[in-house]
Amino acid sequence: MISPKEQELITINLNGKEVEVPNGINAIEAAALHGKEIPHYCYHSHLSVAGNCRMCLIEMGTPMRDRATGDAILEEDGSPKIGWVPKPVIGCATNVSPGMHLRTESEKVKGCQEGIMEFLLVNHPLDCPICDQAGECRLQEFATDYGRGYSRYVERKNVKPKRTRLGPRVTLDDERCILCSRCIRFSQEVAKDDVLGFVDRGSFSTLTCFPGKELANNYSLNTVDICPVGALTSTDFRFKMRVWFLKETPSICSESSAGCNTLVSSREGVIHRITPRRNDLVNDSWMTDSGRMLYKSVKSEDRLLQSQIDGEKASSSDAFERAGDILKGKKLGIVASARSTVEELFLIKQLAASTDAKVFLRGHFGEDDGILLSADRTPNLRGALATELIEQYPSDHLTDLGNKLDQGDVDALLVFSEDLEESGLSESQMNVPIVYVGTHQNSSVKAAKVVLPALTVFEKSGSFINRSFILQSFKQAVPGPAGVLGDTQLISELHHRLSGEDKPSTVPSDLWAAIAEKSNQVFSGISYQELLKNCIQLDGSSWSELPFVEQQALHYNLEKQPA
Amino acid sequence: MKPEDVGEEVLKSGVRGRGGAGFPAGMKWKFLDRKSGKPIYLICNADESEPGTFKDRQIMYKDPHQLIEGMMIAAYTIGAKQAFIYIRAEFFEGARILNRAIEEAKEHGFCGNNILGTDFSCDLVVHRGAGAYICGEETGLIESLEGKRPNPRIKPPYFPAVLGLYQCPTIVNNVETLCNVKHIIDMGGDEFAKIGKPNNTGTRIWCVSGQVKRPGYYEFECGALTLGEMIFGVCGGLLPGRSLKAVIPGGSSAKILRADERFKGTHKDGTEFDWGLEDIPLDFDGPMAAGSMSGSGGIIVMDDTVDIVEAMANINAFYAHESCGQCTPCREGSLWMRKITKRMCSGGAREEDADLLLSVANQIEGRTICAFGEAAAWPTQSFISKFRDDFVNKAKSNNEPRNEKSLQLI
Repeated sequence: MISPKEQELITINLNGKEVEVPNGINAIEAAALHGKEIPHYCYHSHLSVAGNCRMCLIEMGTPMRDRATGDAILEEDGSPKIGWVPKPVIGCATNVSPGMHLRTESEKVKGCQEGIMEFLLVNHPLDCPICDQAGECRLQEFATDYGRGYSRYVERKNVKPKRTRLGPRVTLDDERCILCSRCIRFSQEVAKDDVLGFVDRGSFSTLTCFPGKELANNYSLNTVDICPVGALTSTDFRFKMRVWFLKETPSICSESSAGCNTLVSSREGVIHRITPRRNDLVNDSWMTDSGRMLYKSVKSEDRLLQSQIDGEKASSSDAFERAGDILKGKKLGIVASARSTVEELFLIKQLAASTDAKVFLRGHFGEDDGILLSADRTPNLRGALATELIEQYPSDHLTDLGNKLDQGDVDALLVFSEDLEESGLSESQMNVPIVYVGTHQNSSVKAAKVVLPALTVFEKSGSFINRSFILQSFKQAVPGPAGVLGDTQLISELHHRLSGEDKPSTVPSDLWAAIAEKSNQVFSGISYQELLKNCIQLDGSSWSELPFVEQQALHYNLEKQPA
Repeated sequence: MKPEDVGEEVLKSGVRGRGGAGFPAGMKWKFLDRKSGKPIYLICNADESEPGTFKDRQIMYKDPHQLIEGMMIAAYTIGAKQAFIYIRAEFFEGARILNRAIEEAKEHGFCGNNILGTDFSCDLVVHRGAGAYICGEETGLIESLEGKRPNPRIKPPYFPAVLGLYQCPTIVNNVETLCNVKHIIDMGGDEFAKIGKPNNTGTRIWCVSGQVKRPGYYEFECGALTLGEMIFGVCGGLLPGRSLKAVIPGGSSAKILRADERFKGTHKDGTEFDWGLEDIPLDFDGPMAAGSMSGSGGIIVMDDTVDIVEAMANINAFYAHESCGQCTPCREGSLWMRKITKRMCSGGAREEDADLLLSVANQIEGRTICAFGEAAAWPTQSFISKFRDDFVNKAKSNNEPRNEKSLQLI
């Protein structure tokens, strides 16, 4: 475990109270640290400051100094005299300095907030009843919190396009747009795909794509997340579900080793969307569009829902019985997966140790986009290293396993998740007893004598170690299909059947106690409770010689990795 | 002369910016960040767009070399190797004249490489705008010059003297200001300071428009005459049978002054004044003391035939059309005010509209990124406070026939 750096603290005066805040952060962040909300639309902590919405207007003053001597000017009571800026200032572009005074709740500030809210609503269509953003709309929230509550506007509202297709996944309602430019800045600064801009001027300004371009990059849906109103909507999610019905579960994206923090939104066991969750160490507030679509695999048609013996449906107890029969006493090879959780990989390691099995693991590699889709397309390869399941950096094929099968060093296989044919095994090599544990149909299912269905990442809890050796836990978002066992329980059961030993506990706190005690020393001192609370930076220096494939990317610095 | 000496002369001359704000030019140059090591740029703001103002155009059309000379001196002072003239799109003839003049100046070694055989070089480029009032705002101008939409920048941190064109230190001056630099160096700062009045040095070109017999542009020493002398003397007075109703003294964004008003107050030196409209001295401080500003020097005269609400509607239409749309108060407020005054002029006036207009303007003022917010709010605030009755009475005359021609403008 590595603890984060301390920041320099300064004292400022917030609404008449002295408070400590890190030096140089802006007034919005400083006030938020002390429970004071400064409402804002255009400001986003991970984008440049635009200062155009004017919602964060506050009063600001600094200690006055004598021009000639540079000494502080004092009030009669000895306190420093404060020079208040006559006009209100925007909180987003006001960086705190020692002794700064801020007023966020004065009458003047309230007047500003009421005025801006009124202006933002005069040309807003007020179509909340049919708007997807309703329930998570800053315009709604701030109108109730900071608005006047009534309208003085009797003129006709501006009319703009209602459903513009900006790209394959994003639809724009221009009338709702408050021209905050967050989406434009995101496209320029984070996605590095400068396709959005405003045309026309004044109140008729309209967001649009540049001629001949479309918002098609793999980060386009982040513009929907950061849109403070219902202007940018996800074409996939649009008109599907009211957001207040959704249950949000913190999760980790399993698309690649970036390990984006996510929120899985579900209702009554059905996932409706995935959105990024802020983590400044990992993904800021972003994630890929492709990662958001992974939930579709939960309900896909080729999902494995029942145990199979020789291709026929069977009860899970029969399947376990049979799996024990065909694997026990054999020269077992285990094909593990870097898509399994740390907990599962630890249990597989235990299983391999007590059955003298050889462990094989392949990597899945693709192109690195330099942001949040890393070249390693598995979420937990470093988990396999940290649990000591593998020592070498894996290749993208199971060639080693093929050789062992040919030589007869391995004559039975327990396969997790991987598609054997795609991993380079020939049909003859697969002609050994195979037990397959996985979620979806593939060539391994066809070759397997016994198939045990498993849970997708959304249906189980666990943890992954991302490309920066940050250990992050995720929670079960939706229940798995009826009768499908959790992966840890499944491995534990197989452990019992194959080795004859007692079933290892799958209670998470027990598991983590065991991991901290038995596994690599990087886990020492980590408890389940702590893991649930925070993401944990592990010391990855023991693996610094390995040829990791990740490229320089958001919060992943080649020079500094592993931390 | 060394650059510092030139700067010192300009500071001594006390010349104030002629673009509208009236900030001392020598002081502006002092704020320039010379330590950054980045290139320094000089920009001449020739985007003269304030309604009622047409002085820079005359200078550029009639004596472009005066501007070029002033700019080269300014560039030498601040150490700029590249200077720009940002000229508004509508002055296409002006751009041609300037380009021709620059060629001539280059031929004679007054501009370009090794000016007058010295090792000082400065290139001068004319850049044409595309027809937007906001490009006259210096940071909007800089954005436009960079090839972007002219959204003014937030200050702090983007003060042009530190982070201007291409994030380099930049000085932006008005055409008339830069022309004055030439004369300051010709005659010396102290001598220049003797023209006009203290704190109001030099001459100014006043642009008089509206219902006077001889509208036009007139150059006078600052404070040499009063508003009354200008209107009734220089401009030949009002049209026959008319009486004076109101004057906007410094371009459309300056606050309107009523003909029958008294302006009382105390000068900075402690002396008291009690002026009628005609007594206001034409310099920087006079209109300021009367609660308005001399702005860009555009004096708009209105006689008793003017419908004040329609005049307001006209001004509001301009600002709603020209708001860049970047920040909320100006974007939404200016169009809202336009819609209100348009409705008032089209037979839909309500008695409460005057208060509503004033409240909307108050919600804009002081809350925007650039000074456009004030420019859009001040006319409304002053029209309502000075001519509230005209706005209230509009509601009572809703059924009267409208002047279709004036409605087209709003």
